[in-house]
Amino acid sequence: MVKVVLSNPMLALTQGARELEFAVSNYRELTLALCARWPQMAALIERSAVAIDGQIYQDAFAEPLASGSEVFFMPRIEGG
Amino acid sequence: MAEAVDYKQIGTSPVRPDGFDKVTGRAQFGADVKLPNMIYGKVLRSPYAHARIKSVDVSAALAMPGVYAAISGADFPGGRLDGEAGGEGGGTMDDVAKNVMARNKVLYHGHAVAAVAASTVRLAEQALEAIKVEYEVLAPVLDVVSAMDPAATLVNEENYTALPEKPENPSNIANVGRLERGNLDEGFLAADVVIEREFTCPMAHQGYIEPHACIASIDERGRGTVWCSTQGHFEHRAATSKMLGKNMADLKFVATEIGGGFGGKTVVYLEPLATLMSEKSGRPVKMTMSREEVFRATGPSSATVARVKVGVRKDGPITAAQSWIAFEAGAFAGAPCMPGAMSIYAPYEIENFLVETFDVLVNKPKVAAYRAPGAPQAMHAFECALDEAAQLLNMDPIDLRMVNAADEGTQSPYGPKFPAIGLKACLRAAKAHPNYTKPVPEGAGRGVAVGFWFNVGMQSSAEVNINENGSVMIIEGSPDIGGSRASMCLMAAETLGIDYDDVRAQVGDTESTGFCNVTGGSRTTFATGMAVTQACEAVIADCKRRAAMTWGLDEDQVEWEDGQAVPGPGVNADVKPLSLAELARKAGKTGGPITARASLNAQGAGAAFSVNFGDLRVDRETGKVDVLSFTAIQDAGKAIHPAYVEGQMQGGAAQGIGWALNEEYIFDENGVLENAGFLDYRIPVASDLPMIDTEIVEVPNPSHPFGVRGVGEAPIVAPLGVCANAVSRSLDMRITDLPMSPPRLLDAIEG
Repeated sequence: MVKVVLSNPMLALTQGARELEFAVSNYRELTLALCARWPQMAALIERSAVAIDGQIYQDAFAEPLASGSEVFFMPRIEGG
Repeated sequence: MAEAVDYKQIGTSPVRPDGFDKVTGRAQFGADVKLPNMIYGKVLRSPYAHARIKSVDVSAALAMPGVYAAISGADFPGGRLDGEAGGEGGGTMDDVAKNVMARNKVLYHGHAVAAVAASTVRLAEQALEAIKVEYEVLAPVLDVVSAMDPAATLVNEENYTALPEKPENPSNIANVGRLERGNLDEGFLAADVVIEREFTCPMAHQGYIEPHACIASIDERGRGTVWCSTQGHFEHRAATSKMLGKNMADLKFVATEIGGGFGGKTVVYLEPLATLMSEKSGRPVKMTMSREEVFRATGPSSATVARVKVGVRKDGPITAAQSWIAFEAGAFAGAPCMPGAMSIYAPYEIENFLVETFDVLVNKPKVAAYRAPGAPQAMHAFECALDEAAQLLNMDPIDLRMVNAADEGTQSPYGPKFPAIGLKACLRAAKAHPNYTKPVPEGAGRGVAVGFWFNVGMQSSAEVNINENGSVMIIEGSPDIGGSRASMCLMAAETLGIDYDDVRAQVGDTESTGFCNVTGGSRTTFATGMAVTQACEAVIADCKRRAAMTWGLDEDQVEWEDGQAVPGPGVNADVKPLSLAELARKAGKTGGPITARASLNAQGAGAAFSVNFGDLRVDRETGKVDVLSFTAIQDAGKAIHPAYVEGQMQGGAAQGIGWALNEEYIFDENGVLENAGFLDYRIPVASDLPMIDTEIVEVPNPSHPFGVRGVGEAPIVAPLGVCANAVSRSLDMRITDLPMSPPRLLDAIEG
């Protein structure tokens, strides 16, 4: 199972549930699973960065996820 | 995984390739480009901070001899624009378009209302006076805290706080940020000391020396070229074409040399106006802002009000932290409230915390990114509160930070666990630094603070062409602000195993190379450097293939060592190594020119931490602050060009010290900026500062082939706290409001 930690704006959709688990093998499957349960999640995911096992991706797409992987959704940063 | 390696090119500091042209005046900056038949554009700006536009009539201006174009908001395509602008807090494209040219309302003093293009600058200025604008003046919203009141005058009647469920009523709060963990009540109960204070930071400008400038030459088909001073010509092209309803393929954008940006040149202001007026007039239109326009209408940073509470146990651990920070967005949403929330506690391992931040509209210029946007203001507040805790506990401020310092495996306050980071190494270097071990000069105070920035990767492209003699030409699309061409050459030389002097780098225009995001987010050496490295690796693979073909070997029997193809270990071949120059000379026989390119979306940017300290003394009679010494220590991951890294650290320190001691936007009660020039808006000059001492720490970023972390933004973060803490210790009273200018300090001293 992949552990998923949602960002604060996502909690309103999940009734406050911050940590979830999914049986997926890559990031694309994870986002599809999230959007299947909460269709409004798509827009929030689009505006998010994500950290997979500590590595930050501004634009993840199909990165592989292993059992036990940790995925954190977080706001995108661009800097100056 | 990057490991300690003895590099031959990386880590050296050759003279920058653009330096000669810059010191001889040959370099072409934005305002230097000239074209035949060009005319000059000027902007009419609002005299009010908040007003409804009842009408704009440019006909009298357009009728003047020598005036070739006159435009207002009505000349832009209607309808709402979708998409986001580049750069931190760039905002929606629709907002940026309305910032470029006001439509129904003016939202700050200096907001563009109309523009003209005429045969001379003088005539253009006279034509502005012929434009008739009718306004209905409204009350300006100028104070960030009162702007948050639900009953406050609205800057934008259509602004609803961006929440998953749309609020019932509009307000001036555009966005909110919130991060929390643990139990605050329990955390504060466990504390031996609790510090609770309110801090303020002023609106400050990036202070780039080169004003915004561009020239657009558009033909009768609507196609043409725009030369501009920009941190990202691809994103300027995207914004300009979007605002004008054009196909971006019809516009070529050329990035000129740039005289500073610091985040502020990620934003378009003039380019859409010059493009539109060039198309209307059939002539090239040149536009250059005055310094006054730069101050009134281009990207300052957010002013902030920060309320911070921190609890600390007597042996040092932070037991709880709570913060509330209001960021001024200016006239449109986009204050860096989320980066502020994410950075404030980033250096520390804290079990119980809450931070709430707000992006608040006020009738001031739309803020733009400024080096580590949001972090200086947020971390100033927290680093000052920590310093006060250290004083109360009689602890060395570096020791207090070391007790709490984040390290590899620490769960960051914004989510993921940190990979290898250099904060503890920086703290150790600071504690051992001779500037720290020497006594504090009499009458002075020593301030310490930590800085942090995330750094980003994003999209970059690079092409590497091998010339016929084996020299190398790099074409990439990241405008060179801080010396990145030299860094690209060093990384290419290192990868290819050749001399730095055999490599050249050029910033290509939007038709010459693939897409690159802005030079910002401390990303260029990291991400574009990764593209250059990958392209060089592809060149090596091609060279090995060609050598194998020449020698009658398999490709996997050839290796690349010190800039030449050699038979691999155990390969029985009586051949002479083939250098890059020899392979280039024979390229025609082995498949044609040797060239390779790489495009990527770089992930895995490594966070940068810094530790700064300085000795500052206040003249109690005048309130003037003298910076006696200042030391900046930062983890660069790997310094590709150490002198440039030191330059970034020194420049960031100078800007941070300026923000702390003197720089501020001063508005009157009508929202008119009263100090729109460098005489009254005082950035530090050489005589204000000591030599900024630097020490580069290198804890490699495991996600980069050479271990690079970004270095451009973190340096501005810590100096605000350093100065505030040093002045507070010098005066033996806590100073919470920036800038600590002489009148403000005199008020504090005199009670």
